[in-house]
Amino acid sequence: MDLGPQLMLASLDGAVGAAVLALTALGLSLVFGVMRVVNVAHGEFFMLGAMIAWFVASNIGGHPAIGFVGALIIAPLLVGAIAASADWLILKRLDYEPEATIVATIGLLYILQQGALVTFGPVAQAVEAPFNHRIEIPWFEGSNVGWGLFTTSYKLFVIAAAITILLAVWLLLSRTKMGLVMRATQLDRETAQAFGIPVEKVYALTFGFGAALAALSAVLIVPIQQADYLMGGDPLLLSFIVVIIGGLGSLRGTLIAALLIGMSDGIISVFFTPTLAKIIATLVVAMVLVFRPQGLFGAKAQ
Amino acid sequence: MTDQATPKVAETPVDENRRTLLKGAAAVGAFAAGTQMLPGMVPYIQAQSSEPIKVGFQVHKTGIGAAYGRWYDRTTRAAAKLINDEGGINGREVEIVAEDDGTDPKRGAEVIEKFATQHKTDVAFGTLFSHVVIGSSPRAGELKMPYFVVSEGHHVASGGLNRYTLQPGITDVKSQVQSMAPWVADNLGKKVTMIYPDFAFGHDHRDFFSEAITKQGGEVVAKIAIPPTEKSFTKYFPQIPRDTDVLYHVMVGPAVLTFVKELGEFFGGRGPEIFGFLDSLEAVDINTPGLEFLNGSYFWEGNPRYTSDMSSEHDAFYRKAVGVDDTGASITDSKDIATYSHMFGCWETLHIIKAGMEAADYSGPGDQAKLIEAVENIGVMPHSRAHPQGDKLFNGRTHQSFGHQFISKVEGGRLTPVHKTSIFDGYYPDEVDYTTQKL
Repeated sequence: MDLGPQLMLASLDGAVGAAVLALTALGLSLVFGVMRVVNVAHGEFFMLGAMIAWFVASNIGGHPAIGFVGALIIAPLLVGAIAASADWLILKRLDYEPEATIVATIGLLYILQQGALVTFGPVAQAVEAPFNHRIEIPWFEGSNVGWGLFTTSYKLFVIAAAITILLAVWLLLSRTKMGLVMRATQLDRETAQAFGIPVEKVYALTFGFGAALAALSAVLIVPIQQADYLMGGDPLLLSFIVVIIGGLGSLRGTLIAALLIGMSDGIISVFFTPTLAKIIATLVVAMVLVFRPQGLFGAKAQ
Repeated sequence: MTDQATPKVAETPVDENRRTLLKGAAAVGAFAAGTQMLPGMVPYIQAQSSEPIKVGFQVHKTGIGAAYGRWYDRTTRAAAKLINDEGGINGREVEIVAEDDGTDPKRGAEVIEKFATQHKTDVAFGTLFSHVVIGSSPRAGELKMPYFVVSEGHHVASGGLNRYTLQPGITDVKSQVQSMAPWVADNLGKKVTMIYPDFAFGHDHRDFFSEAITKQGGEVVAKIAIPPTEKSFTKYFPQIPRDTDVLYHVMVGPAVLTFVKELGEFFGGRGPEIFGFLDSLEAVDINTPGLEFLNGSYFWEGNPRYTSDMSSEHDAFYRKAVGVDDTGASITDSKDIATYSHMFGCWETLHIIKAGMEAADYSGPGDQAKLIEAVENIGVMPHSRAHPQGDKLFNGRTHQSFGHQFISKVEGGRLTPVHKTSIFDGYYPDEVDYTTQKL
């Protein structure tokens, strides 16, 4: 395949990856920013979102779009509720102590993973896309490139949906009272509490909201990829990479890093190998940690 | 595996092998068949011991092989039930002791140890994924536990394992692809691009198909390896060269449906001829939305999923016993598609264990060496209820069986067999003689 079309294909594939990654990583970043909790179980919330999406879609029946919309509403709510209760049940009892919460979320990871195995079974499941048309991409020099240069309407939808959700989250954080309260808690927990902000509720809400974002991005991706109980590993690793590069707690950094990692993953995968893409991403993390430990956009530790 | 490329060099040893094998096999086969008749008449009564024969079943209940594991489990239990209904082995009941290996080589070795030390099973049996076989086999050899794999990998016949590991119930990849290459070159094209999973099983495909297609005057123009845990595939497809005549695909793992769907989207109704190994669609309904592009393409099948005029009465019996309908789905759930091209291996292997134990007059774990020797001499296995996929020839020196393969065309929402290979299409010279190793 010619260089031009191949680059185009790679960028489109990368953009889908970047869009979903941005949503997932945003959840992780938000939880760390507000609560200072490193949530190792974040990938499992992503997995739960995908599995619940399959469960909902396959039980609703009718046109695939009905099942998909059902999943889009139910999966994030349910996963958010599970996460909020995990916060109340576990993290709160540990006083959000950093080391303890890491160990606790590792435990949570296994509980969720094995719970999904027991509940949904070990087999990878597919969700039918609400719509899916193959769109040929015209190429100007040499009009007929034959097969291979394409995208699908659903992939474009994923990109558009992710951008919409990211904008909504930004509006929520910057324009609503809920966002104000979350930002206040992030800035200074004790002062926030002194001003009458119910910090514990904010924490539970944030933890649930972060998990719901992961679940939402999983619902978006599951008609493209299949859902299985082991799928949480990759999104967790990539989210950590993104959040570390972008700066823990910095939403702007998270977005830019997700775009960078997602796109480079797509492009390097097509021109070289997917393994090399992962190697380079991990190398970038190491370099960022050595030369700019607070991340590209993170504030220096206070 | 070095200079056997020229036909002249290869022919003599093949013929010799064939002749000696057949000679030895005929006698043993007749003997085994004779003894098989007796126990059925007097269930359990004449048993030397009333203890059941324990078959340790290493099963991929979880991990990337879970879809296969589910059907390997059903097939094994159906075969065990049949054997028990007909009087067991040497009058003793067969008990299946299943342990999940998570489709993981490390856990596989632990499972073998558990069989030997905790469950005290008579044999270990039933592994599919080649990396699990390669991880478990050395431990089985050390523990002197006869290890009957149903894996397809060439690792047994290549000499890489040991005398305690046998693969009598299913043909290996080397033999399968060797018998496919002439048909592919004659009917589809000579410039082939291969897509395969990046582990031992996929490497067998890559190496032996490249070799076989070269002998047919064809060539492999690109080799695309994909990790078996991969979730999205479009990014690999631009590596397919434009001058490809035939796309040869074989994929395993949890995301095979995504793989095939993305392949269809990539080509958009154009592109080269497509020849796949049914592994890419095991446990997947070929009528799933998004797979329409497969219409008119061809698949290797180990055992045809859909019944056709090629199907035998033995297949019908086996199908019913396992609970599979005429379209390859579970009779209780039409969405639950069988791994029909592979799972017959469990049924047949369990019957071979039975035949071997009866020929060896097996009485307990002390007789494991006798059992290995008896199975090594099993030779020809006729098409029967015990071997519903077809007749087979077991090479006792390389511990590998040879059988028929099928090529099916996708048409009208079904897989219709269009070609059946002969056993000797897939025969190749010995690369090892396990019988020289001590037991």
